[in-house]
Amino acid sequence: MAAHDISLTVNGTEHRLTVEPRTLLLTVLREELGYTGANFGCDTGRCGACTVRLDGEAIKSCLRFAVQADGAEVETVEGLAPEGELTPLQEQFREHHGLQCGYCTPGMVMTADTYLRDAEAPTREEIREAIEGNLCRCTGYHNIVDAIEATAAKRGEER
Amino acid sequence: MSETDASTEDRPSEGMGAAVSRDEDVPLLRGEGTYTADVSLPGTAWLGICRSEHAHARLVDVDTSEAEAMDDVLAVFTGADVEDSGVPNTIPTAWMLPGLVTPQYKILAVDKVRHEGRAVAAVVAESVHAARDAVDRIDVEYEPLEFATDPVEAVEADLPPVHDDAADNVAFDFELGDADAVDEAFADADRTASVDLRQPRLIPNAMEPRAALADWNETTGGLRLWTTSQNPHLHRMLLSAGTLGLPENRIQVIAPEVGGGFGSKIYHYPDEAITAWCSMQLGRPVKWQASRAEGYLTDCHGRDHVTSAEIALDDDGTIRGVRVETHAGLGAQLSQFATATPSYLYATILSGEYAIPAIHCRVVGAFTNTTPVDAYRGAGRAEGIYVIERLVDVAARELELDPAELRRRNQIPPGEFPYETAAAVVYDSGEYERAMDVALEHVGYEELRERQAELREEGRYLGIGLANFVESAGLSPSGVAGELGAAAGGWESSIVRFDSTGTVTVLVGTADQGQGHRTTYAQVVAEELGVSLEDVEVVEGDTDRIPQGMGTYGSRSASVGGGAIARGAREVREKAREIAAHQLEAEADDLEFADGEFRIAGAPDRSMHVQEIAAEAYLGHNLPEGMDPGLEVTNFYDPENFTFPFGTHVAVVEVDPETGEIEIERYVAVDDCGEIINPMIVEGQVHGGIAQGIGAALYEGGAYDDDGHLRTRRMDEYAVPHATMLPDFETDTTVTPSPHNPLGVKGVGESATIAAAPTVVSAVVDALEPFDVDHLDMPITPETVWRATRGGE
Repeated sequence: MAAHDISLTVNGTEHRLTVEPRTLLLTVLREELGYTGANFGCDTGRCGACTVRLDGEAIKSCLRFAVQADGAEVETVEGLAPEGELTPLQEQFREHHGLQCGYCTPGMVMTADTYLRDAEAPTREEIREAIEGNLCRCTGYHNIVDAIEATAAKRGEER
Repeated sequence: MSETDASTEDRPSEGMGAAVSRDEDVPLLRGEGTYTADVSLPGTAWLGICRSEHAHARLVDVDTSEAEAMDDVLAVFTGADVEDSGVPNTIPTAWMLPGLVTPQYKILAVDKVRHEGRAVAAVVAESVHAARDAVDRIDVEYEPLEFATDPVEAVEADLPPVHDDAADNVAFDFELGDADAVDEAFADADRTASVDLRQPRLIPNAMEPRAALADWNETTGGLRLWTTSQNPHLHRMLLSAGTLGLPENRIQVIAPEVGGGFGSKIYHYPDEAITAWCSMQLGRPVKWQASRAEGYLTDCHGRDHVTSAEIALDDDGTIRGVRVETHAGLGAQLSQFATATPSYLYATILSGEYAIPAIHCRVVGAFTNTTPVDAYRGAGRAEGIYVIERLVDVAARELELDPAELRRRNQIPPGEFPYETAAAVVYDSGEYERAMDVALEHVGYEELRERQAELREEGRYLGIGLANFVESAGLSPSGVAGELGAAAGGWESSIVRFDSTGTVTVLVGTADQGQGHRTTYAQVVAEELGVSLEDVEVVEGDTDRIPQGMGTYGSRSASVGGGAIARGAREVREKAREIAAHQLEAEADDLEFADGEFRIAGAPDRSMHVQEIAAEAYLGHNLPEGMDPGLEVTNFYDPENFTFPFGTHVAVVEVDPETGEIEIERYVAVDDCGEIINPMIVEGQVHGGIAQGIGAALYEGGAYDDDGHLRTRRMDEYAVPHATMLPDFETDTTVTPSPHNPLGVKGVGESATIAAAPTVVSAVVDALEPFDVDHLDMPITPETVWRATRGGE
């Protein structure tokens, strides 16, 4: 199979690599570059465990071929907070017990983090809609909604 | 409710009862959790598994030649290759029942396939792509056979059996209770009511697919296996005694972070055995990760019951007897606990919260041409509580009594504990009416009934449903398990060790899949030893670090694992007391222990901190005569009974008969899981449990089509609930300690799943009372409702 040379900037670091056309962005991130935060969860783009940001937009990296991301800026969960620290959103996930097994968490956090950039004072229903493409089998979502709501509220107070 | 509880000022800051944030969370939130698929070894080859496309077929030929000739393919193996290698090749049943038929369960199929997804051949290749490509090139010639996917049809229709040694597809025919007493009760009672119901198969869908990485060392004859396991020690034992025949002391099983289990990661599957076996053949590390589609086809499913149930009552509502007959689908092979789940875990809970003098249950366990069925969150108890709660609802209609009132009239009163039920178990403790009152008061039950009547006048259909539940948790006392047919004990093991510099290391045989064990266990240690949480390190999930263990399932970790840790910590404390007494020149009995400090009563300035004592214990310079150095205790805790968590859940729904849509307006859960170690984590377990129970009630339900293919094999065909499909939850707790558990805890892992399905079904059926709907089978979809409001058309 013909191989393609691509370049990807992941969390600010540029990588050049050669990939098969069918190789998924998720596979490259995990297997080639060692960003194992994004997880493989389903075959159909339904679960969102693999969510990363591509040029600022939250996307499911199992639905993109690596070649489609050639030249793009990718942000993964590993790039959100400085070493050993948590972002305010991640802090709220911890405070509100918004994660259990943690497998959906990187994707959930990336979706929520991206959503909160534009959402001013979202209602719980709006938050639920925002994360409906990210499945969690452990928490029943209540505490995830709490965490996102609290992050938005705190940010509102600080403004 | 819970939010105010959690913020009360007098709550402890670190030990038992404190809502401390989880130690686990920071790495998980940063994407630094190491799951099995994240582990890499140099030179790893990838495994692909060729799986049956048929429900039932003879394997005429498995032609691997084309696959073998492909680039990057290292080897292709069939069932015959495994047989020829001389390994024991048997995935064993871990629970025997009288008369049980136990066909051999091999790691790769030979001669026949008995369900879609059965592993037929294995490819090992240099890359995951190459492995998958080669799987597609394996040419399997099948001769299809007739099949049955339904447990009743499997037994009653004249079909070629799944296994020749069970000609009628009956694996077991199980009875519990007193049939004569039940007949008498039914003859004497004023009224009877009945319900025929199905509990469809549920597909667990842990977010992390199963995976394995095997590393065989030819030189030492040792196997390291990373795998997605709820019980690595059980996997070690089964790999040794069942599938591979390696000495147990040459196998290391590591379950790193595990991304959810819900029962599905208890079992020893063919896949990890194949992975390990391939590594042994090739002398290279071999890695396998299930696709989601493989997960649907091969993770053990849950439930699959077809039941007829009857209840006999007097006119005043007193329940006299219950009679249940169930066909339980077991799938094509007996997974480890497939036999225990629909027998003892099911029939023994049929008394629910009620004083029922006579109970009889018969269960026919049927082989079917489906994915094996085994324990899924709530296992057995969920099915049993569903039956008794549906019966009570149907009886309330028959008697024209309020369903809460009928429940109240039959609840076992607090003074009756320990209470031996007619279903052969002894409930440890309970205050059932109190929990129900808290739930009813919180939801505003009386007002809701009034509102319901008003809305009906307007042509709107509000439904108020409730369910009471009891769960037998803490699986289980070894002696009882052994008497009932278990091939394993029900103890748990811990090592509690003070390190020489004063930190504490806890090794325990349970295995977390998201429950937060590291945090809750550390709280137990902080409570018992007076050290801070930061000084406690809890280690799970590696059989080379933790010598023995049974694992995490059956809501057992807090009660049995926590029990083992508490007992170990108390023994450590007593040894420390002896050392302190010796060095302080006091009598051990005169020492008071608080906040980690041993003080001489009446002489508060003379004291030693337990961490200082730890250093002395390892120095060994000045210990009581005859005392060995060190400060470490191994404890095996074998509980004297199950624990019996309980509670009441209430759902308020509105149903639109025009569209069939169901909206959950409120969901209130009151759980009593005994003493609470961490209320935040208890609440989280309840939330997740409710989500899976609502999923079962309204959305989920595995189904096979007429060709024997799983019709629900992707996430867009099997509805794992997403965020807009679930309501906010309102939770509260009551506390009735378990009298026999060292911590008084009962466990909470499965409670809410057990409660939520009957609660939601009760609510929807209640909403549809004006349409004369007495029962609807799960999942109750809008189509189900729409048809029911039109007379079932």
